[in-house]
Amino acid sequence: MSVSVRIPTILRTFTGGSAEVNADPGTLREVLASLDAAYPGLAGRIVDDAGNLRRFVNVYVGDEDVRFAEGLDTPVPAGSRVSVIPAVAGG
Amino acid sequence: MTTPASTPSGFGFASHLFCRECGATSSLGASHACAECFGPLEVGYELPPVTRASIEAGPASIWRYASLLPVPQDVAVRPNTDPGWTRLARTDQLARELGLRTLWLKDERGNPTHSFKDRVVAVALAAAVEMGYKVLACPSTGNLANAVAAAAARAGIRSVVLIPADLEPQKIAATAVYGGAMVPVEGNYDDVNRLASELADDREDWAFVNVNVRPYYAEGSKTIGYEIAEQLGWRLPEQIVVPVASGAQLVKIDKAFRELIELGLVADTNYRVFGAQATGCSPVAAAFRAGHDVVQPVKPATIAKSLAIGNPADGPYVLDVVRRTGGAVADVGDEEIVHAIRLLASTEGIFGETASGVTLGVLRRLLADGLLDPDAETVIINSGDGLKTLDAAGSGAPAGTAAIRPTLEAFEAWESASAA
Repeated sequence: MSVSVRIPTILRTFTGGSAEVNADPGTLREVLASLDAAYPGLAGRIVDDAGNLRRFVNVYVGDEDVRFAEGLDTPVPAGSRVSVIPAVAGG
Repeated sequence: MTTPASTPSGFGFASHLFCRECGATSSLGASHACAECFGPLEVGYELPPVTRASIEAGPASIWRYASLLPVPQDVAVRPNTDPGWTRLARTDQLARELGLRTLWLKDERGNPTHSFKDRVVAVALAAAVEMGYKVLACPSTGNLANAVAAAAARAGIRSVVLIPADLEPQKIAATAVYGGAMVPVEGNYDDVNRLASELADDREDWAFVNVNVRPYYAEGSKTIGYEIAEQLGWRLPEQIVVPVASGAQLVKIDKAFRELIELGLVADTNYRVFGAQATGCSPVAAAFRAGHDVVQPVKPATIAKSLAIGNPADGPYVLDVVRRTGGAVADVGDEEIVHAIRLLASTEGIFGETASGVTLGVLRRLLADGLLDPDAETVIINSGDGLKTLDAAGSGAPAGTAAIRPTLEAFEAWESASAA
């Protein structure tokens, strides 16, 4: 069983317009690597050159903001849903 | 450098969007995050010559600054709430109480729905109409919900506001009355905000003012800075204390001051910008103290619900501004917030919302800590009306609230009892 990943509009150029794609379970880091293998360049938009989550992107595993969990080491078990959302909102 | 005067479009003299993080530029349109790096997009301009006289000849609303905003230049004649041009009150009794030489208060209660949010919504509405959106929407801690529902009613378009289910009853009632849709959402503001971000991606003709229209929306807060400078007689204050929720207001007031300097409308004098947070939601103050340039999100727990944003979008830029200008970000607890609300009301006759209590409370804290100069001219922002957060300030009813009989004797008895 795989995990589903919700792709924001600004990254759908990488996924051929798909709003939701599947990836292999693992840690968030591994999920992103699996995504990048299928959609080259996608992970680089979410993670910076130093390997950290970009500061203006929020990633959720289920309802949990991964910054409240273990960041890129947050477990993403099979069947879970990952959401990638621009952080620049609100207020 | 001389550039030919540009011709205004539906976005006025705004010419492009650019990313605050990586600098990538894009055309004006319905995007808010950089396609390269997710960074926030900012409106860039090719400004025409602007003079004090041309501004002073404008209407008594934010539209006197229309040429500095991303709006059609005839915006003032379109149906809108005409916000802004609120008073800048000199608060001498409060200043004396605090040991400050000169203190001014920008009284944002004077806006149509009684908070500064009318400014940002008016600009967002104009841009949203320009881009062909059909619905005005927002996630809100309350003040924004009021402003969006009112502005949409006035403009004759549909509104949908998402609010945390535990919001103050006054703010809920003051939104519902305008007749738009209101959706209470389980969770805190950050949960609501996340839902709005996903909806904004899903509903193509919905303008979430503070999500997909945010670059335009946020520009509206510049008008607070313009007005303060104009009302001081075209000069900048030496110190300003601004409440911090997302941080956009503080960042935009600084942007306004810098624009006025660049346009030659005020002298290039030093000013220091200070940010105010409630201790129960103080991720930016914590980052400031720790010397970080990123903000670790928190789960909010404070009576200052209008500031309860645990994951503030403009947090890093607040840190940039306060460090660049020699200011600080500090926080105060709920008890000090309530005390400050009462102090402002009793010394100046101004009943501010909880966020106003935060701002004044932090001003006192900064003075006590020696971070604010008591001899420098200071401005604080009173962001909204205390009537919207009655429960927070109303606890502890004053003595003598029991009703008396309508007789002189009963009144005299009350008098001697309260004197005792």
